[in-house]
Amino acid sequence: MFKKILIANRGEIACRVIKTARKMGIKTVAVYSDADKNALHVRMADEAVHIGPPPASESYIVIDKILDAIKRTGAEAVHPGYGFLSENAKFAKALEDAGVAFIGPPAGAIEAMGDKITSKKLAAEAGVSTVPGYMGLIDSADEAVKIAGEIGYPVMIKASAGGGGKGMRIAWNDQEAREGFQSSKNEAKSSFGDDRIFIEKFVTQPRHIEIQVLGDKHGNCIYLNERECSIQRRNQKVIEEAPSPFLDEETRKAMGEQSVALAKAVDYCSAGTVEFIVDGDRNFYFLEMNTRLQVEHPVTELITGIDLVEQMIKVAWGEKLELEQKDVGINGWAIESRLYAEDPYRNFLPSIGRLTRYNPPKEVATNSMAVRNDTGVFEGGEISMFYDPMIAKLCSWAPTRLEAIEVMRDALDGFEVEGIGHNLPFCAAVMDHPRFVSGDISTAFIQEEYPEGFEGATLAPEALKRLAAAASAFNMIVEGRAAQISGAMRNHTRRVDPHWVVRLGGETFDTVVAEVAGGWDVTIDGETSRVETGWTPGKTLARAVVDGKPLTAKVSLGVGGARVRYRGADLKVQVLTPRQAELAAMMPVKMPPDTSKMLLCPMPGLIVSVDVEEGQEVQEGQVLAVVEAMKMENVLRAEKKAVVTKVNAKAGDSLAVDDVIMEFE
Amino acid sequence: MNDILAELELRRQTARLGGGQKRIDSQHAKGKLTARERIELFLDEGSFEEFDMFVAHRCTDFGMEQDRPYGDGVVTGWGTVNGRQVYVFSQDFTVFGGSLSETHAQKICKIMDMAMRNGAPVIGLNDSGGARIQEGVASLAGYAEVFQRNIMASGVVPQISVIMGPCAGGAVYSPAMTDFIFMVRDSSYMFVTGPDVVKTVTNEVVTAEELGGAKTHTSKSSVADGAYDNDVEALIQTRRLVDFLPLSNREKPPVRPFFDSVDRVETSLDTLIPDNPNKPYDMKELIEKIADESDFFEIQADFAKNMITGFIRMEGETVGVVANQPMVLAGCLDIDSSRKAARFVRFCDCFNIPILTLVDVPGFLPGTGQEYGGVIKHGAKLLFAYGEATVPKVTVITRKAYGGAYDVMASKHLRGDINYAWPTAEIAVMGAKGATEILYRSELGDPEKIAARAKNYEDRFANPFVAAEKGFIDEVIMPQSTRKRVARAFAALRNKKLENPWKKHDNIPL
Repeated sequence: MFKKILIANRGEIACRVIKTARKMGIKTVAVYSDADKNALHVRMADEAVHIGPPPASESYIVIDKILDAIKRTGAEAVHPGYGFLSENAKFAKALEDAGVAFIGPPAGAIEAMGDKITSKKLAAEAGVSTVPGYMGLIDSADEAVKIAGEIGYPVMIKASAGGGGKGMRIAWNDQEAREGFQSSKNEAKSSFGDDRIFIEKFVTQPRHIEIQVLGDKHGNCIYLNERECSIQRRNQKVIEEAPSPFLDEETRKAMGEQSVALAKAVDYCSAGTVEFIVDGDRNFYFLEMNTRLQVEHPVTELITGIDLVEQMIKVAWGEKLELEQKDVGINGWAIESRLYAEDPYRNFLPSIGRLTRYNPPKEVATNSMAVRNDTGVFEGGEISMFYDPMIAKLCSWAPTRLEAIEVMRDALDGFEVEGIGHNLPFCAAVMDHPRFVSGDISTAFIQEEYPEGFEGATLAPEALKRLAAAASAFNMIVEGRAAQISGAMRNHTRRVDPHWVVRLGGETFDTVVAEVAGGWDVTIDGETSRVETGWTPGKTLARAVVDGKPLTAKVSLGVGGARVRYRGADLKVQVLTPRQAELAAMMPVKMPPDTSKMLLCPMPGLIVSVDVEEGQEVQEGQVLAVVEAMKMENVLRAEKKAVVTKVNAKAGDSLAVDDVIMEFE
Repeated sequence: MNDILAELELRRQTARLGGGQKRIDSQHAKGKLTARERIELFLDEGSFEEFDMFVAHRCTDFGMEQDRPYGDGVVTGWGTVNGRQVYVFSQDFTVFGGSLSETHAQKICKIMDMAMRNGAPVIGLNDSGGARIQEGVASLAGYAEVFQRNIMASGVVPQISVIMGPCAGGAVYSPAMTDFIFMVRDSSYMFVTGPDVVKTVTNEVVTAEELGGAKTHTSKSSVADGAYDNDVEALIQTRRLVDFLPLSNREKPPVRPFFDSVDRVETSLDTLIPDNPNKPYDMKELIEKIADESDFFEIQADFAKNMITGFIRMEGETVGVVANQPMVLAGCLDIDSSRKAARFVRFCDCFNIPILTLVDVPGFLPGTGQEYGGVIKHGAKLLFAYGEATVPKVTVITRKAYGGAYDVMASKHLRGDINYAWPTAEIAVMGAKGATEILYRSELGDPEKIAARAKNYEDRFANPFVAAEKGFIDEVIMPQSTRKRVARAFAALRNKKLENPWKKHDNIPL
């Protein structure tokens, strides 16, 4: 076996590979750019080599720098991770020439699968189902109708030079095909000056389902079942699971066997993934093959018990697969949530900066459940603007899908990230979404279910009540402690009243709290809940057992109450005495200022210039101000035509996020 | 006998109604609570002991003798906040607009005298139209009586003012002399002369909110120390502040049970200081990671943000924190930040509250604006305040401590008890670039040479060890163990005894 391998990657995947290498007794070499000097993968590896400035184009994807690092450390093999050089045939070739093993497929396979047209052709030749369509050019509307009829409706009529939805029509019958052909052709001509048209099958209710394959250098290849990755946002996978709730055994087998056939056709070895699009009738069509380890590989590992990285390393060393197809089963269900540093409440705007708090749930693995967290960050670390803003891949496993969802819900609730925006609430909301729970999903799920963006989940009344009961118990702990302050008047100390009003998510709960052995009895509307908790003031993660069921919520204290994040909902919570609540109800509701007529500073930064004056009329797209943050100049433009009424900042001012730069009429 | 007892209840009921239901409704309609409701919310349930409920004014002019409501526009007495005694007065806007008469003032003076004798804070809930014009100079005399007591009580018992309605003219000077002023957004304002007078005299057109609203006083004038959205929030937060303060200067700050480990290690602090010395970081993260339970009560959060002041607890005991904020103006000292911190330091020293100072200061802000504004004397206030303070003083230098600002920020030389520095500290007269440009002026034409000189200077001085060699830094500590080191430092200082020489009072450069 190799004695030392180099990981030509960073972040969680580098850490992931190092873990397996360590387990196998192999020494590891990390590479890092200036931005990753203190990164986790550098700390974990046995050796680390600096390879240049932060941009990947000057460090992680410069083949010569990696080769140099190999030479300097004497690494015998390279694991490329995903992204960067993982699907670069030149890199694979360069390693071959240098006599260093590439922990991945041969350069030929990478090359063949790297080209969309070639790969589709090869797939068709290998007997893989591809999207039916007529690749030739179509001359007339009659011909279009004929071809559409042969393919079977619905069909998509596309301009050869098309893009961005232009020159694209969906037809469900002959008449629409005839009209669609003409309008596509016209549009294509005017938009691209190229009116060549082709037709292919339009896939309805498409799901993204992919097959994991694994081959060795001795001609053996097996498939490790599928992963469903339909929950995507702008083609970015957010939640993946294995197996798919949609496939039956027959489809799975057909997809698997075709994938293996394709792999064999290109002499594939190592781990790879064949991506399919699957329609509502379980027809599946080849999309592409990824000749690397996928981001979402952990879900496959969780249901098969196979360490894919270990297999890749063994295959690269030249070992024969120990597994045969019949050894591969499906054990339980696994789900992965990709945690990104992006703010779901601000249209998923990337959020970079310091992780002032990072506290993932504990990793566990038992017969009934497992939590796995693949990460490359740590508390006090930085999410840098140079790379993928991934924080972690949180995976859950349990015998059934519903149980795995429940494990994921708890894990997400128990995950603390502060300092940057993150999509934890969004992932949690999806886990609670009835359509996701039912398994009735498609790649349009997010677009269809959150058309206006994400505004936080709404809790079911039952969940809200459990949370209110817990909040009331926590409040007794806070007030009970407050009453123990030194200096109280003897015999006149404060007696904490058991009646408290919980204002939570727009609802009001009248509670009566009594301390009992091992917890608190909280009565709401005549029903008593038992709240058991070891929570103490200051803990930002509030754990309790309410009526026997665990509850974990993220709590942050602020003036005027606390905020809780629970199951994708982000709510303000106030616990008041009945008298406080009565009088608080009389307080005027203060509307947050109407920010639609303001230019807010989108990030903490320095004003480089203010480009307009008070009273000036600005046009849509006109530059209003420039803010520098993290050495990047961000140009702020007018969203619509408006008149500037007030300018509150000048060049050189240092502003916080949401500070008002200027106001409009 | 029963009739006589019933008579008391009847009179009490009348008194409790203040200016009558109609005026109470109108007070509510403005989003404001009544004087009694406010006291009820501020104090522990059922703990209020009222005095002078039946006091009525003695004015006989302008037909006033026909209208002598009980209480005379202010409710006074004492009660408890988490079982600790406080005195409170709450002006009743429903009675003559809360205006201050001779007797109204006497009621306030009575509880202030009691507070000083008995060693308990005074909390004033202000909601008053001003002087009782019908009473003329008697009303003005009343103000002055209150002022005199504010002055005498200053530094003896904590005084807190919550402005919950108008507070104009001479009335502003009583809160002005208390330790903390809080305001309610949109329903309170403070000014010496109102918008009408301003317009007549200076032709300036300004609204009451712009002239003296909560935003103005918390961010521009620094008259107020904090603002809250409504009466309920303001009163709940004032209770929270009271929990940090000793009852009088005869006592140590209160201690509360705490749920945090004294030796909690925060590894993330090891990466708090960015690699780039010009990049800011948020000092509040450090404060929250040092404090018990990350609980921080900030004072003047919206004013001079380059300096942070506020209260935390260490091992359950109150500590005042003063910290430079590198996120704003690089954390430099200037007129505003010096004044803000100086007043805070003096408050802590008055009331035996230990002071933690976190230093990352590049120096004083240069410029004509600062010099013409008298930064010399304002900066000296902070220097003076630190130097005269005899409470336990612990200092941690995280990064820059340059020039005179190093001296000012609770340095060893100003009787700092324990002065720590992180390994990232740079204690020097100035930054390397500035220093080399002065020391090697003749070589300025040669950028290479200058760069080498700068590097040389940096290697020699951009660290805490030169200061540590001289004993100006007691110990260089790991950032991750800051909470533990600071907690142990304060624990070791619990019995500190230090007295300044006798004097009538000092002459701080006001």
